[in-house]
Amino acid sequence: MAADRTRRDVLGLAAGGGAATLLAGCEGDARRGTGRPRRGGVLRAAFPGAGAKETLDPHKQRQFVDIARHKAVFDKLVELGPTLRPVPRLAESWESDADSTVWRFRLREAVFHDGHRLEAEDVLYSLRRILDPRAADHLGANSLSSLDLDRSRALGRNTVELRLKRPGAEFPSLLAGTGVVIVRSGYRNADKPVGTGPFRFGSFRAGRSFTAHRFDDHWGGAPYLDELRILSAETEARGSAVQAGEIDYAHEMSPTFARLAEGNSRVTLVATPLSGVNGFALKTDRPPFDDPDATMAVKLLVDRRRLVEVVDGNRGRVGNDLYGKGYRYYPEGLPQRERDVAEARALARRSGLRGRRLTFYTSTAADGFVNAAQLFADMADEAGIGVEVVSGPPETYFTDQLRTGDIGNHRCGAMPIPTYVSQRLLDGSPQNASAWRRPAFDKEFVRAEGVKDEERRTHAYDALQRTVRDEGGLVLWSHPEWLNAVSTSVHGVRPAAPNTVDWARFDTVWID
Amino acid sequence: MARHALRRTGLAVCQLALLSVLVFLLTALLPGDAADVLFNEKAGTAQIARLRAEMGLDEPPVERFLDWAGGLLTGDLGTSFTGGGPVSRIVADSVGATAVLAGATVLIAVPLALVLGLLAGCRPGGRFDRTVTAVTLALDAVPDFVLSLALVAVFALKLGWLPSTWIGATTGDLVARPGLLVLPVAVLLARTVCQLARQVRAGTLGALRSAYAVQARRLGVPRTRLVLRHVLPNAAVPAVQQLARTGDTLLGGVLVVEAVFAVPGTATALIDAVQSRDIPTVQALTLLLAAVALLLNLAADLVSHRLSPKAEVLR
Repeated sequence: MAADRTRRDVLGLAAGGGAATLLAGCEGDARRGTGRPRRGGVLRAAFPGAGAKETLDPHKQRQFVDIARHKAVFDKLVELGPTLRPVPRLAESWESDADSTVWRFRLREAVFHDGHRLEAEDVLYSLRRILDPRAADHLGANSLSSLDLDRSRALGRNTVELRLKRPGAEFPSLLAGTGVVIVRSGYRNADKPVGTGPFRFGSFRAGRSFTAHRFDDHWGGAPYLDELRILSAETEARGSAVQAGEIDYAHEMSPTFARLAEGNSRVTLVATPLSGVNGFALKTDRPPFDDPDATMAVKLLVDRRRLVEVVDGNRGRVGNDLYGKGYRYYPEGLPQRERDVAEARALARRSGLRGRRLTFYTSTAADGFVNAAQLFADMADEAGIGVEVVSGPPETYFTDQLRTGDIGNHRCGAMPIPTYVSQRLLDGSPQNASAWRRPAFDKEFVRAEGVKDEERRTHAYDALQRTVRDEGGLVLWSHPEWLNAVSTSVHGVRPAAPNTVDWARFDTVWID
Repeated sequence: MARHALRRTGLAVCQLALLSVLVFLLTALLPGDAADVLFNEKAGTAQIARLRAEMGLDEPPVERFLDWAGGLLTGDLGTSFTGGGPVSRIVADSVGATAVLAGATVLIAVPLALVLGLLAGCRPGGRFDRTVTAVTLALDAVPDFVLSLALVAVFALKLGWLPSTWIGATTGDLVARPGLLVLPVAVLLARTVCQLARQVRAGTLGALRSAYAVQARRLGVPRTRLVLRHVLPNAAVPAVQQLARTGDTLLGGVLVVEAVFAVPGTATALIDAVQSRDIPTVQALTLLLAAVALLLNLAADLVSHRLSPKAEVLR
């Protein structure tokens, strides 16, 4: 999930609402039109911008605005469906050998915008480019670390055989990772992107605008729109512009905006439930949270409903200290963890947490972080635990929090549960904010990843997740909604969490 | 006059040089560098270290500063850490919009403030003076952000008379759609005019009460002539100084205005660069803004000197 701050944070402006807060008289009935798709028109979509940092190189994507642009021009082999299960894109089908180390992907008939037919060589070239050791900023290199490129090969024009260094039943999901995009063999000039995606590249100015035009020969069928513009703008500007009809799609809106725009006849809200997780991370490799009683005390003192109400503006589902509600491998049937201050006090006393002064390291890196930290401090106070809230620089917060404070904010967008575990809960995970280091856990996770049988694999993941829920340092209190706003004349925008196939997907969209 | 100008220019050049060192030091003090920020939340320490080496961030600071200063003297502003393109392009791309906004604001603000200030100052305590004072004090107290949103809510969303943002527009579109300028300039004008008008009013009051004005009135110099020929040049001195300082106020206002109206200007580029620790871009933009501020102050100094040479004598 892109974590970069927006300029708004620097300006210290109020969250969300923007001009909507001052607009009392513009309300009407929200309409959600349907009807037959219509061909033609220009769609203007605005995303949070990142200035000169924005890039056309699909292997360097970092911001949502980049990913949306690349999605228009390029395709991946595999994408993730609504439950984060891999769905075929350029790879039509796949199969693996018995221990999931050799994978064969059959490619569909697809053409690049210059007329070249997609071949296995293009796939190998793309993977090599992503894994190029000289390119330090290719994010896809993280998810493809298990790929053994030297032993991978093309089997004819339409099949590619990819070999792994260790068994990996989740490999197709990894091909849906950030930045694992298929480019044309020989692709070097990032300024002239040629992909197989539904839109042909037109123009680009970093931090401002991007245009692309319908590609009639797209393998999934030609899009309805003649032209797609993906623009960069801050929250307030997106909010005003979508209400004024100056743009047709505003990405990433706040609950405040949602409340005020709900009655606006020009704007429809597209809310995606269960788009990730919000929580707190307690460092389990040092006192006091190396004692599971201490972490449980915190889990029991947290008032989850209150946090959802205040921090998520009531646009979220209460969490149960588990990541990925609604996603594949989520352990269903566990009772909801409820607030129990008496038990929390008892556990706090037993673990020596009571009377201790804890540091909550927070920042404005994301909306609601500081609010959540302050609310937590109040809740902890009720259980006799003192918490000092300390704020750090937002730009480097997620790196700094790995070594600062006893407690920190935690959040994560939609990703497959095994990816979440490998990025955040293993000894070598880059974002192990709860400092969860259990060699036995890591070993069992690697074993589970290699289990080909889905039922047995699910069972293994289930046990791992229960362990983290009971003994780990993650207090996951909500699954927030993802909010986009679209003009009522725009149709076909599906609710979808970032990182999934229908997110920022404009080939299925049409305008009245 | 020429000597004065030369001395002030020399001082400005020294200030710029000092400032370039200061900017470098301050950016070095910011927590984290471009490599950290680029990969915040997403990559391991090994990847960050490789990127840091690629950006040349592992070289000693003094060496990096000398590299940059050397480039600057030959007109090379360096390469952006984050975008990879030349910094000069980022500067050139962003400067137009801000220049248009600031230029339009100053062009309207100066005559408007002069008229308001003079009229109010000529009849102190009168109805017009009380109105101007009340309105300028009140408007000056409204934060730019609130004023921006209020104007958007009324004139763009409610009445639909004006565009609410510049999203997707370029500086070139301003000719075809001048309406784009109205709301951002109105916000910038509010504070600038308020402050300038109050200075002109105060200057007018002071000048009218001075001995030479009283004497001129005794000698029967017509009131209009007195005000325009004798009072105005003296009343304008504090206003001209204030105008130079307006550069700072404008910069603060431009930060907000650019964000709210999605104007692709210098302030936006500067914030983006600071956030991504793109030091070469931060340095180039800061120096540019500083140079403009120094030039304005220099010009104000020279104009004041011309209007009222006694300021120089007193110095």
